[in-house]
Amino acid sequence: MTTLTDIPQSQGFRLSQLIYDTRYRSITIQVIVFIAFMLVGWILVRNVTINLANLGKEIDFTFLRNPSNYDIQQTLIEYDSTSSNFRAAMVGLLNTLLVAFLGCILATLVGVTAGVLRLSKNWLVAKIMTVYVETFRNIPVVIWIIATMAVLSETLPQPSAFRGETPSASMWLWDTVAVTNRGTYIPMPVWGAGSVFVIVTFLLSLLAIWSFGKWAQRRFEATGQILPTAWIKLAIFIAPTLLVYMALGAPITFDSPALKGFNFQGGIQLSNSMIALWLALSIYTGAFIAEIVRAGILAVSKGQTEAAFALGLRPSRTMNLVILPQALRVIIPPLISQFLNLTKNSSLALAVGYQDLRATLGGTTMNNTGRELECMLLMMLIYLIVSLIISSGMNVYNKSMKLKER
Amino acid sequence: MSDQKSTIAYVRSEILEQQPAPRGQVGASKWVRENLFSGWFNTILTLVSLYLVFNLLQALVPWAFGGVWTADSLQDCRTILNERYGNTHHACWAVINERWNQIVYGTFFPSSEYWRTHVAFVLLILAILPVLFDALPRKMMWITVAYPFVMVWLIWGGSLWGPLSVAVGFGIAYFAASVAARYLGSGLTALVSVVAAFVWWMILGPIVVSALNDTVPLLALREIQSRELGGFVISVIIGVSGIALSLPLGIILALGRQSDLPLVKMICVGFIEFLRGVPLITLLFTASLLLNYFLPPDTEFDLTLRVIVMVTLFSSAYMAEVIRGGLAALPKGQYEAADALGLDYWKAQRLVIMPQALKISIPGIVNTFIGLFKDTTLVFFIGIFDMLAAAQAIRANSAWNGITWELYIFIGLIFWVCCFSMSRYSQWLERKLRTDHR
Repeated sequence: MTTLTDIPQSQGFRLSQLIYDTRYRSITIQVIVFIAFMLVGWILVRNVTINLANLGKEIDFTFLRNPSNYDIQQTLIEYDSTSSNFRAAMVGLLNTLLVAFLGCILATLVGVTAGVLRLSKNWLVAKIMTVYVETFRNIPVVIWIIATMAVLSETLPQPSAFRGETPSASMWLWDTVAVTNRGTYIPMPVWGAGSVFVIVTFLLSLLAIWSFGKWAQRRFEATGQILPTAWIKLAIFIAPTLLVYMALGAPITFDSPALKGFNFQGGIQLSNSMIALWLALSIYTGAFIAEIVRAGILAVSKGQTEAAFALGLRPSRTMNLVILPQALRVIIPPLISQFLNLTKNSSLALAVGYQDLRATLGGTTMNNTGRELECMLLMMLIYLIVSLIISSGMNVYNKSMKLKER
Repeated sequence: MSDQKSTIAYVRSEILEQQPAPRGQVGASKWVRENLFSGWFNTILTLVSLYLVFNLLQALVPWAFGGVWTADSLQDCRTILNERYGNTHHACWAVINERWNQIVYGTFFPSSEYWRTHVAFVLLILAILPVLFDALPRKMMWITVAYPFVMVWLIWGGSLWGPLSVAVGFGIAYFAASVAARYLGSGLTALVSVVAAFVWWMILGPIVVSALNDTVPLLALREIQSRELGGFVISVIIGVSGIALSLPLGIILALGRQSDLPLVKMICVGFIEFLRGVPLITLLFTASLLLNYFLPPDTEFDLTLRVIVMVTLFSSAYMAEVIRGGLAALPKGQYEAADALGLDYWKAQRLVIMPQALKISIPGIVNTFIGLFKDTTLVFFIGIFDMLAAAQAIRANSAWNGITWELYIFIGLIFWVCCFSMSRYSQWLERKLRTDHR
């Protein structure tokens, strides 16, 4: 029989071992990859320096400190045309984040509703939701954004329609919200003296709700007694803030928009471009989230529902305690990527002229200063950081929801 | 027991005829009751949705189906509508009829050359079919192989020698590989074939091509510049090239990310995360504004080509993540079994791992394809004359100023048909490839 005859004698290192010996081959490959990578990087950097020298430019970020010399329609922080380009970029970034944040909330609401309704036993509702999902998923979001903008500017009444003895349009919600084709006007809170206390009380009551929930959970685990937590939480949510508000004599008032001249004055103006972008992104992303939610719920096996019923849980508790926690585990990772997609798609604000990060830093600032390289790199970096923050934040949440195994 | 029979007045001695089930328990009425009105909540839902659907259809159907199909301008169209209905609350589909060429081929594409896009489109379908359906004769694959070269020739024009020489480069690579494989290991073989192909493409090929062009220009077509392309044609060109290129690139990136070599892994992770972290629109702007900075001075790089490269890179990062999911879902035993059979890395990937991993990730892959095709609309923002740009130009034109819905509905419908058929195909493929018994 075979014997161990050829024990490799140590012959020292031969050059061919670099290719044929698996111990060394990985090092060889990596060295080659490293050299190639460095070479490509070096060529790119060299090209950039030569091209910049030819154009007589240098990489220079001082333009960020210079005045921007342009106006931005919607600003969440103090800004005018004498502010720096950096501040303009920050205004744009905040606008991006605002529309992304609002979009994520609305998209989740729309998506969860549509996803659950698509599983409904009601044939008509399920079919309608299928049509919604298939329509919105298969048409580019740019078209939806442009179409929503067209809906808003063509079907909504002009401000002049609110005027006269018998106006053809009327304001919503007890004359506080005006929806026009120039934008939507909502009441603006006016912070009077003492409003700080109201806000502090409100924040404290949020804290109280959170700690009460923890306490009720511990008590439930220790004694098995269930408190009507929802009602108590609602009471904590409303009562202290309302009491302080009353006691201080209503320090926070609202400045409602009113028709003056040709347009509405007062209140906060939400531009139609923002609303169109927000609605289009939410409804588009909602269609994807609906599919994710549906898949998540379907992924929980039927035995789980049956087991919960066998334990005597009511349908609502079955949903809350058995199905949703398991479905969430399937839902959250793709949901995160949908949120990321929505945030990135908000750069399509370009189609409606909403001034987001791309329109300020990567648009007007870039055109005014002629610093394409710096502006684009900075913009990509900011988007990258935002994406990484969102995904890492959601990953933390994902970890906390994950099945705890040995 | 005791005497009871006197209390029973009548006992039936034969069985009754079987009665039909109650009306509410069979047929349509049962279906309606169970699916639409099974409780108060469902009833409300049904009524509300019926109301909404009815209102929507009432508004849309007369508008769409009462539309005008032939008119020269919006003015003309409205006159016809006014004559016909006494109002203008109907669609003017005439704009699509009248501006068909602009929407499909773009504004600048020479109309004498439209036939080339038609031939390219028919060939495209013939080339895709054998890939999609393996019941078709395998010989059709030759069309698929030849298609990229023929397509470039048909769309951009010039003589056939240029695309042919690129194809010859691939042939040389294959030939060099098969010769080298006899004497060398797999790594060196790949290196030799790549070097041979590059020598042909960079040095020998151009010389031969220019010499041949001067003597016998083979089937020379009128040259068409990239900026003359537009409309649906450019969307299909970018979409199909991106789809065809992003899958192999995505597979390579996914393998790189799963690799044991830390450096390769690091580069792949960085590449993927960067591309997934920035919006496509910034990459497209980079392609149109910044690429000149990164290229050697005085190099010209076609804008359409730049866009194809960017779109491909962007979706290959997503593709890599999808395939990585498929790779992660494979049981470890498959890798170990491939190792136990003595297959080397590439053979194991080709014969054991990839067929299964790709099958698992079909839905994700097709979703990425659909996303890529939808993303071709973004090229509008960097000045490529696609359908959205055509719509904008038509709306700015005095003849059709004021038209909105008809154009966007039409463009949306085109995308919808393409994307919906892709998703249906993927569902069909998934069912066909399903091997587990459920």
